[in-house]
Amino acid sequence: MDQFISLAHGDGGELSHRLIKEVFIEAFGDGNSALFDAASVDIPIGKIAVTTDSFVIKPIFFPGGSIGKLAVAGTVNDLAVSGAKPIYLTCGFVIEEGFSISELKKIVSDMASEARRTGVSIVAGDTKVVERGSADGVYINTTGIGIYEPNKGCSLEFEEGDAIIVSGTIGDHGIAVLAARGELGISSPVNSDCASLNTMLAEVLNSTSGVRIMRDPTRGGLATTLVEIAEDFHLTMKINELDLPVKEEVHGVCDLLGFDPLYLANEGKAILIVADQEKEKVIDILREFSEGQDAVVIGSIMGKRKGQLLLETPLGSKRLLTRLSGTMFPRIC
Amino acid sequence: MLEILKQSNNPEVCKPLVEAVIEKAKEFQRKFGRMPAFMEVCGSHTMSLARTGVKPCLKDEVNLISGPGCPVCVTDQRSIDAMIALAEGENRIICTFGDMMRVPGSNKTLLDSKIAGKDIRVLYSPVDAVKVAEDNPDKQVIFLGVGFETTIPILTLMVGEAEKRGIENFSIWMTTKLVEPVLRYLLDAGEVHLDGFLLPGHVSIVLGEESYQYLVDEYHISGVITGFETAELLFGIYKSIDLALKEETAIINNHPSIVSKTGNQVIQQWMDQYLIKCDEAWRGIGVIPNSGLDLKPEYDKYNAKKRFTVEVGEPRKTKCRCGEVIRGLITPNECPLFGKACNPMKPIGPCMVSAEGSCAAFYQYMRESF
Repeated sequence: MDQFISLAHGDGGELSHRLIKEVFIEAFGDGNSALFDAASVDIPIGKIAVTTDSFVIKPIFFPGGSIGKLAVAGTVNDLAVSGAKPIYLTCGFVIEEGFSISELKKIVSDMASEARRTGVSIVAGDTKVVERGSADGVYINTTGIGIYEPNKGCSLEFEEGDAIIVSGTIGDHGIAVLAARGELGISSPVNSDCASLNTMLAEVLNSTSGVRIMRDPTRGGLATTLVEIAEDFHLTMKINELDLPVKEEVHGVCDLLGFDPLYLANEGKAILIVADQEKEKVIDILREFSEGQDAVVIGSIMGKRKGQLLLETPLGSKRLLTRLSGTMFPRIC
Repeated sequence: MLEILKQSNNPEVCKPLVEAVIEKAKEFQRKFGRMPAFMEVCGSHTMSLARTGVKPCLKDEVNLISGPGCPVCVTDQRSIDAMIALAEGENRIICTFGDMMRVPGSNKTLLDSKIAGKDIRVLYSPVDAVKVAEDNPDKQVIFLGVGFETTIPILTLMVGEAEKRGIENFSIWMTTKLVEPVLRYLLDAGEVHLDGFLLPGHVSIVLGEESYQYLVDEYHISGVITGFETAELLFGIYKSIDLALKEETAIINNHPSIVSKTGNQVIQQWMDQYLIKCDEAWRGIGVIPNSGLDLKPEYDKYNAKKRFTVEVGEPRKTKCRCGEVIRGLITPNECPLFGKACNPMKPIGPCMVSAEGSCAAFYQYMRESF
């Protein structure tokens, strides 16, 4: 095997064949699916969920994960928070000429192990190689297919007093990636929270019918995700600043740069809105899993119609939270 | 340190302080028949007061007026146009603090230029600009030197670093501002009535407590040097009302463990070594003599204004009232553009963009549509 990706790895010939066989099939371990132009898979009868996402991240390897782990966990989580059980993934790679094969193998290995851990099969894929300078290392697209199990899902029927739960500390991924870029001039002890949440969330859905909605607060962070829910379902929601779980290290970097943890990306957190009487039960279930050990109630639904998210400050005043407006940039002083 | 900060934001500590401030303010109102009015000079104070909820809690009792202490907001429109034009030149790398990227010039922003392909880099650590120059010897690397006394020392550090490494392709576009001249301008103009200033902790680390004595001696007005955490802000406001109530004037150092009487001598020496006072244009004010610092002539080779010629026309006029906001004459929502034509996604003026801008603070934290 060569050391670096060349344009010939993407031309469909011998090198492409060897790349697919020795890197992808070797790791994903489903050679039969690769015998045809399309994967032939079994789908249980019923309603399916389909989602797709593209992963572009710098750096490709960061504390707590890699673009490979992210490409699986991100799509698995999109299915899981929709209430579906993830079963199949496809993946498309865009690789820059000159990319190291050993790094590619590591990324693919991360994908394979995360897929095994979550119980999904990677059944189809595609590889394209672009000229040096046309891409930034490697980009991955994953498409996920999941199934909805009868009578287990989110009701989308909200009531005043419903509890808003977050499954753990916010902003870890955003700060871990910023620090890993080496531009902050600091070494952050924070790891990305990048993780698949399907097993944990399936357990919640198995145990209660009180879940109204689940979302994963990725780009735009917790605030943007909650604003979207508030607007989409015409709800007035309130979260309490004091209850927000934020690691001290994340607070520290945010204070330094003028960032707000409410708007930092997360890659292994879920927001759940649940019936008030079910909140303790849901928290208990979440805390049984390592990904949910810091789960807490952060607020509640105050009423319907308005479509807005409020934050109660420690002093008791309220303020309106809006979507992230543009990229967060570090401030001057 | 973290424990101290936690205490400083602890509601059990802060809520009684709010009550105490309100009580003191009511006492002031009974005595003088009006709310006490203080200006927070610094944009970081403005943001902190809004974000922590202090400002909304006190809005009916204390008039807290945002001052001209946000470095982006006070940057003159022509100067912003010049920096954007500078970035349009060939074979250049522009390095900047993030705040500047979305500030609108007359026709575009630095972000627009970056999207159009210009090499414009946001740095987290400004001294990295020298490294960028070292790594790109065939390009001219220009750092946009915007800031007050907190940032200026870093600029001198950058010049020192470039000198030490013998780097020739590095320069700074200096457009720095000083606190004292603008406070004198505001007090001389007499447009805004104040009972005192909340003075910024970080600027005071550089300048020292005694540097504000002119406020007392010449203008008979008080200043309280205050940190940025909730309890510190509340305590600063409490002290300010107390002084005004007693009709005393003084400079109170509410940050004594960090701010000394004479400031940081080492930093002041750096500044003396590299910098000389110059006239600077302020948004909404115009040129204030000796209100900025430029590189001394012996450092001309690091002075981008000496190395590059930039021509800009008359700035485009808008209905933006940032100039009056920074002078404390109007609150952000009194501007006809606020929240309508001007919002964080489509800002018209810098006060809506900057991480320390009054309009951004008001938009993010103090709109009351609920």
